[in-house]
Amino acid sequence: MIAFIKNLCVFLVAFIPRAVGQGVPLMFGSTGETITEKSGNLNLGIPGVMYVGGICGVIGSFYYEKSIPVNESLNPFWAIVIPLVCSLLGSFLMGLLYCFLTVTLRANQNVTGLAMTTFGVGFGNFFGGSLIKISGADIPSIALSRTSLYFSKSLPFAGKLGWFGQVFLSYGFLAYVAIIVSFAASYILKRTRNGLHLRAVGESPTTADAAGINVTAYKYIATCAGCMIAGLGGLYYVMDYACGVWSNDAFGDRGWLAIALVIFTIWRPNVGVFSSILFGGLYILYLYLPTGMDHMEYKELYKMIPYVVTLVVLVITSMRNKRENQPPESLGLPYFREER
Amino acid sequence: MANNVSEPLFHIVKRDNLDRKKAWMIRAAAIVFAIIVSSILTTILTDDNPIKVLFTMAGGAFGTLRKTMVTLQNLAILLIISLALTPAFKMRFWNIGGEGQVLIGGLAAAACMELMGDRLPAGLSVPNWLIMVLMVISSILAGALWGFIPAVLKAKWNTNETLSTLMMNYIAIQLVAYFVIKWEVPKGAGKIGIINQDTNLGWLPQLFGSKYMLSIVLAVLVTIGMFIYLTYSKHGYEIAVVGESERTARYVGMKVKKVIIRTMLLSGGLCGLAGLLLVGSINHTITTTISNGQGFTAVMVSWLAKFNPFTMVFTALLIVFLGRGAGEISTKFELNQSFSDIVTGIILFFIIGCEFFINYKINFRKPAAAAAHEDVKTAEPTDAETQAVEAEPTDAETQTVPDESMSPQKSVASDEDRVEETVAGKEDDTDDSVH
Repeated sequence: MIAFIKNLCVFLVAFIPRAVGQGVPLMFGSTGETITEKSGNLNLGIPGVMYVGGICGVIGSFYYEKSIPVNESLNPFWAIVIPLVCSLLGSFLMGLLYCFLTVTLRANQNVTGLAMTTFGVGFGNFFGGSLIKISGADIPSIALSRTSLYFSKSLPFAGKLGWFGQVFLSYGFLAYVAIIVSFAASYILKRTRNGLHLRAVGESPTTADAAGINVTAYKYIATCAGCMIAGLGGLYYVMDYACGVWSNDAFGDRGWLAIALVIFTIWRPNVGVFSSILFGGLYILYLYLPTGMDHMEYKELYKMIPYVVTLVVLVITSMRNKRENQPPESLGLPYFREER
Repeated sequence: MANNVSEPLFHIVKRDNLDRKKAWMIRAAAIVFAIIVSSILTTILTDDNPIKVLFTMAGGAFGTLRKTMVTLQNLAILLIISLALTPAFKMRFWNIGGEGQVLIGGLAAAACMELMGDRLPAGLSVPNWLIMVLMVISSILAGALWGFIPAVLKAKWNTNETLSTLMMNYIAIQLVAYFVIKWEVPKGAGKIGIINQDTNLGWLPQLFGSKYMLSIVLAVLVTIGMFIYLTYSKHGYEIAVVGESERTARYVGMKVKKVIIRTMLLSGGLCGLAGLLLVGSINHTITTTISNGQGFTAVMVSWLAKFNPFTMVFTALLIVFLGRGAGEISTKFELNQSFSDIVTGIILFFIIGCEFFINYKINFRKPAAAAAHEDVKTAEPTDAETQAVEAEPTDAETQTVPDESMSPQKSVASDEDRVEETVAGKEDDTDDSVH
């Protein structure tokens, strides 16, 4: 029994950091999408935005690394700031585009979102492919290991603290940013007046408008901020989790998973911190489940787990039908003041 | 006094009904703009002149007979999926699970081909016609099942269908991945390869001596059938009513749950048919990417056509043309294949954006004299407001005063009074107009 517990502990110490690594992009994505959805915009373009966030960071750091000779080390400040700013700018522009189409031009949100995903994923793969060609590598990927060093740098004393250091301190700074942003978003939404206004806009823009809240401004700010946060998820994935290696389509369907997580967390970014890590764990659980040598196909079934769990949670929340667990009332609907 | 409160530069009004011709002119203009933008982009990337780029695109889609047939076949598949999704969308059921429904239909067809084909022990054999019949039945049923599950969840517990259908996609993808590895040839290859290559068991028949025609003919039939179903049948009417207003539907005695489930069975079943064609007639194998995101593209195709089956032929053609045309450009100029996604995205943004000009009208600010006249009219209610405000306790926290509420036309005293009760932030607004 004691041996079992000991084994379990060893397993968890190895497993949790990987689950967190997988969870952080989801955390960024779901926090961003929650803020967006609270303003009544169902942004299905998040997968595309995360691709754009990732590739813009890659483009920035690619040219920065290129400008510095191979054997010289990068300036830590610029190595972090350039990709960060590029990534934020790219995802901000995507958010602006979405807002312009859905808020100003009142287009259908689902269609706009899907078009953004097509565009964003294409954008990421296109420029990813082009950079790969420029760098002339043999393998179809770009390695930005020098930049990645700064992004994945953990606290210097983390290694000396045993299991505690490994579980809590072994991550790059963006992982902590994700957690802070999630809790901050949760606080702003729940405890500040701006958060209250934002929720009012998402629940009933007509009422919010009558109360003197600038619906358009709130929708724009929330959606653009949400996109910028989500874009960081893409940046974290490339720079930290993938050790600075961009290969096309590697980011996969994490964006969609992030959207599903919003439901899973019933629109609460603070819950999102834990459920993202849980989902990160589910996402890689198949690596740890026994399959036996001649039944590799079971792994594919295990990969289904996160989606099945999401579906079940989705059904349970809708079955319980509690008022505080419902999506924002006007989610997905455009607002036009003169239409009553 | 009120001069600093200017009327907004323009004012947006909803249009009642723009006549069809004008609406299509606007859409055509948007497409032209989009094509100009994408050819400029292509010119920047390839240094070729934009006219030539357009010709290259056209050549990629319709250059040779074979290319034309492939384009038409792709069009047929995309069209069938779009048509499949249409009744659900008309009902305001956002079925974005087309991808999964297509895949699962394809998987069912592939399963029939695998299990009743070369894998049967020697001596046993299933006649080819029976395999085909079973393929048709099982793939349509499988697709319908994939539509049925979210529909029941929606009907029973009002589960968000956008997300449940999305999750069903991934469950289908993983199921396909599972069977691909289970049936892989050779072991460890990670793919199935052509099923029944030697015996051609379960390969759907060719029509008119061409392997492309079966999908095309079926697409034509489905288009006409769907148009009749949506426009002239009782079911189609019920779908339209549920989509417009669920309450109305319930009021007139329609069983809304039954309509939702029935429509999604149809939607999923038709997607399953597309999967059958992809596996049984076109690829003769199955992979997780066999539907190539068309389940998502179809959402846009269907919406762009305003859910009209015949218009959908053109919107689907536009998307397929762009995809194949941009694909040709990327091969010719050694650009990345994802270039077509970017071009498709740009065109979609333009078309999505142009709907605004069809649904709304922009009235620009009237000449100054008229504006001044309106200012005088609103002077009275502002006085009434200030009195109301003075009686209110001040709340320093609320500082958010939107620009819109400053527009003079909107301030009707009685309305404001009611709002003051809840939000005290209005006082800044009225103060402005007094000083």
